[in-house]
Amino acid sequence: MAEASILELHGLQDLLQILRSRGYRVMGPTVRDGVITVSDIANIDDLPRGVGDDQDAGHYRLRDRGDDALFGFAAPMQSAKSVFFPADELLWRGRRESEGFSTEPAEAPSEPVALIGVRSCDLAAVGVQDVVLSSRGFPDSRYVARREDAFVVATTCADPAGTCFCASMGTGPKPSAGYDIALTELLEPEHRFVAEAGSQAGADILAQLGTEPATSEDTSATEQLVTDAVASMGRIMRTDDLRNLLYSQAQSRHWDEVASRCLACQNCTMVCPTCFCTSVEDVSDLSGDLDERHRVWDSCFSQEYSRLHTNFVRDSTASRYRQWITHKLAAWTDQFGMSGCVGCGRCVTWCPAAIDITAEVAALRNSADQDREG
Amino acid sequence: MTATRTAPPPADPMLPRPFRVTRSHLDTDDTVTLSLEPLDGEPLDFAAGQFTMLHAFGIGEVPISISGDPTWPGPLTHTIRDVGSVTHALVTAQVGEVVGVRGPYGTGWATDAAAGGDVLLAAGGIGLAPLRPALWEIADRREDFGRVVLLYGARSPADVLFAHDLGRWADEHAIDVEITVDYAPPTWRGRVGPVTKLISRAGFDPPNTTALICGPEVMMTLTANALRGRGVPTDRLRLSMERNMKCGVGLCGHCQLREFFLCVDGPVLSYDRLAPLMDVWEF
Amino acid sequence: MRTIPELLTDSPFFHGLDKAVIDLVAGCATTARFDAGDMLFRAGQSADTFFVIRHGRVAVELRNPSRGTITLDTVHDGEVAGWSWLIPPYLWMFDARAIEPTSAVAFDGACLRGKCDRDPALGYALMRQVSQVMYERLQAARVQMLDLYGAPT
Repeated sequence: MAEASILELHGLQDLLQILRSRGYRVMGPTVRDGVITVSDIANIDDLPRGVGDDQDAGHYRLRDRGDDALFGFAAPMQSAKSVFFPADELLWRGRRESEGFSTEPAEAPSEPVALIGVRSCDLAAVGVQDVVLSSRGFPDSRYVARREDAFVVATTCADPAGTCFCASMGTGPKPSAGYDIALTELLEPEHRFVAEAGSQAGADILAQLGTEPATSEDTSATEQLVTDAVASMGRIMRTDDLRNLLYSQAQSRHWDEVASRCLACQNCTMVCPTCFCTSVEDVSDLSGDLDERHRVWDSCFSQEYSRLHTNFVRDSTASRYRQWITHKLAAWTDQFGMSGCVGCGRCVTWCPAAIDITAEVAALRNSADQDREG
Repeated sequence: MTATRTAPPPADPMLPRPFRVTRSHLDTDDTVTLSLEPLDGEPLDFAAGQFTMLHAFGIGEVPISISGDPTWPGPLTHTIRDVGSVTHALVTAQVGEVVGVRGPYGTGWATDAAAGGDVLLAAGGIGLAPLRPALWEIADRREDFGRVVLLYGARSPADVLFAHDLGRWADEHAIDVEITVDYAPPTWRGRVGPVTKLISRAGFDPPNTTALICGPEVMMTLTANALRGRGVPTDRLRLSMERNMKCGVGLCGHCQLREFFLCVDGPVLSYDRLAPLMDVWEF
Repeated sequence: MRTIPELLTDSPFFHGLDKAVIDLVAGCATTARFDAGDMLFRAGQSADTFFVIRHGRVAVELRNPSRGTITLDTVHDGEVAGWSWLIPPYLWMFDARAIEPTSAVAFDGACLRGKCDRDPALGYALMRQVSQVMYERLQAARVQMLDLYGAPT
């Protein structure tokens, strides 16, 4: 772990400029349409200064913090997923020829992205997607290229929201790996950042910025901030024996109970930073001579997802909810050696029916305990 | 278990290779067997039980098991049933048309691991097509296996596939071929009834048998349970499972059966791993 | 020359039944032979007989004026054909035709019903065996009814 140093507010502005001058497309959190979302940012004025968030099951509101914190909020509506794994990606273009057809792969992603203000949970999610999309038999080459070219500035969460449970999942609130620079925002006695390099590229840029080493007061302030954040997590999820719990509850009547509330609207899968399911669509023009293959985000909550010939394997909402949560918390560990959940809480916040994954796990544990006793 | 052979992954596994239709044989009123030759001349090497993603230009892709003889150099062979827009385009493809091929993908039947014992193959309907390569792999080294039995259930005598091969396997390769149908006209002198009814009369030594089962999932479950009841070890009962597939390379997520990606961990899976999943509704 | 009780023990239907039971029911039985094409029974006729096939093959068929004849089931060595002798009004629902030269043991249905009425223990033992056959046939019929190999609808 590199030495911590201090980045002043103007240093953060300089950082953005350096990245832009090196050809990065600089993206970060910004307020838009009543939410904090990830978008292009030109300078630190575009960051959500003094903006905080209230999040709960089916509830998201921005609020005035009454201070100047630039990163004083928890999970933005979007994670880093849509930066590295676009919702619609052109794979190739085909053209009918006199003999058969020809195909031309779509152009590789051009501009490298510098992502500012990535939450620890979202950083962990990027790490999960790295395993899923690039470390197995057929890596997604465009994803790999985007990841290799990216520059990541992560931030510690000082203000977890009501739906946060990164502490339960071991993914936060302080980023531990996978970043080029990690920042912890301190507001007292002066507004500044404790910066740590996580890569050579990060170290080079910090050196270029000419930072001062952090004092022991700064580092203990950081540690206190993290301790306080852990203590104020909105939710808790017990993760012990989660895989066996979910596998053993496949026949539970609880799924019908959740299904009576779940709308199968797919919000949770859209906001989840680790969901990776896609569909492949061949799009033709009227002449039938051109064919574009697109890869688009898909969701296990849709009926079409499990189509088999003329029927659907998972016809009921109950089976689809079971599929999603069992995959996320159990099958994922068998497939990839880690949990699919990073505790960001988005599925809880953005569910119109206020379904809470942590509460559902608790309900299933109850159910399992009753089965054992009964 | 060396049950797969795949070409080295191309730069982009989502790019189809063009193959020309050199033959289209009408098997039944909705099933066709296509012979495909690669435009670039590079033959597609595969193991019995593997599948490819077949692409009808401008329409889409479907996963189809390879139904040809892996021991004999020749065209890529697929037996396809018309059940949707892509399969309809493939079934009606004319000789000379070009289709796209990606693959081969998936785990195969692993017939080499069955050597030294008896083999029982159970096919239901078009399920005989993915088993056909396994039968040819076995016939090619028949002396390495004990008794080999094929139990084949078809809808009716008119729906029996590969009649010519059935005759050759029985007459030339010492394979016991038993056929049954769900219903028949009075000219049929063979058996009528479910394929599981053929098991009690089949000559095989259950504890020393590898069973390869392919067909509709209900048929596979009933057959696997019946064979398990007879004493075939569950880790030697192999089923070819089917789910929706969009990519064939383990990335789109559609083909998941709990923790298994059927395009990578399957489609052939042993019953000891499948049993907890087969009884669960809508899994 | 084997006796009828000895022939009956070849059939799985009679496995697990006491020798005394087999001897008792054998009193209702005679041997029968059919050439290929002979009818064992026809739909609509009174169901007087219960067959245990020794060797051969019997097709269970239904004749349909618009569709012709369809074979629904085939009965093989050691299997039983017919149980309408057990259920009022004792009329066959299907045709049964030997499609190969077939030898069988034929039981007089009325004789069997009489013995079961007089000896409930015998009746119970026989009913258990018949229930087993009916259960397997029902399962098979349902699986066939699913038309698993038909085109997806």
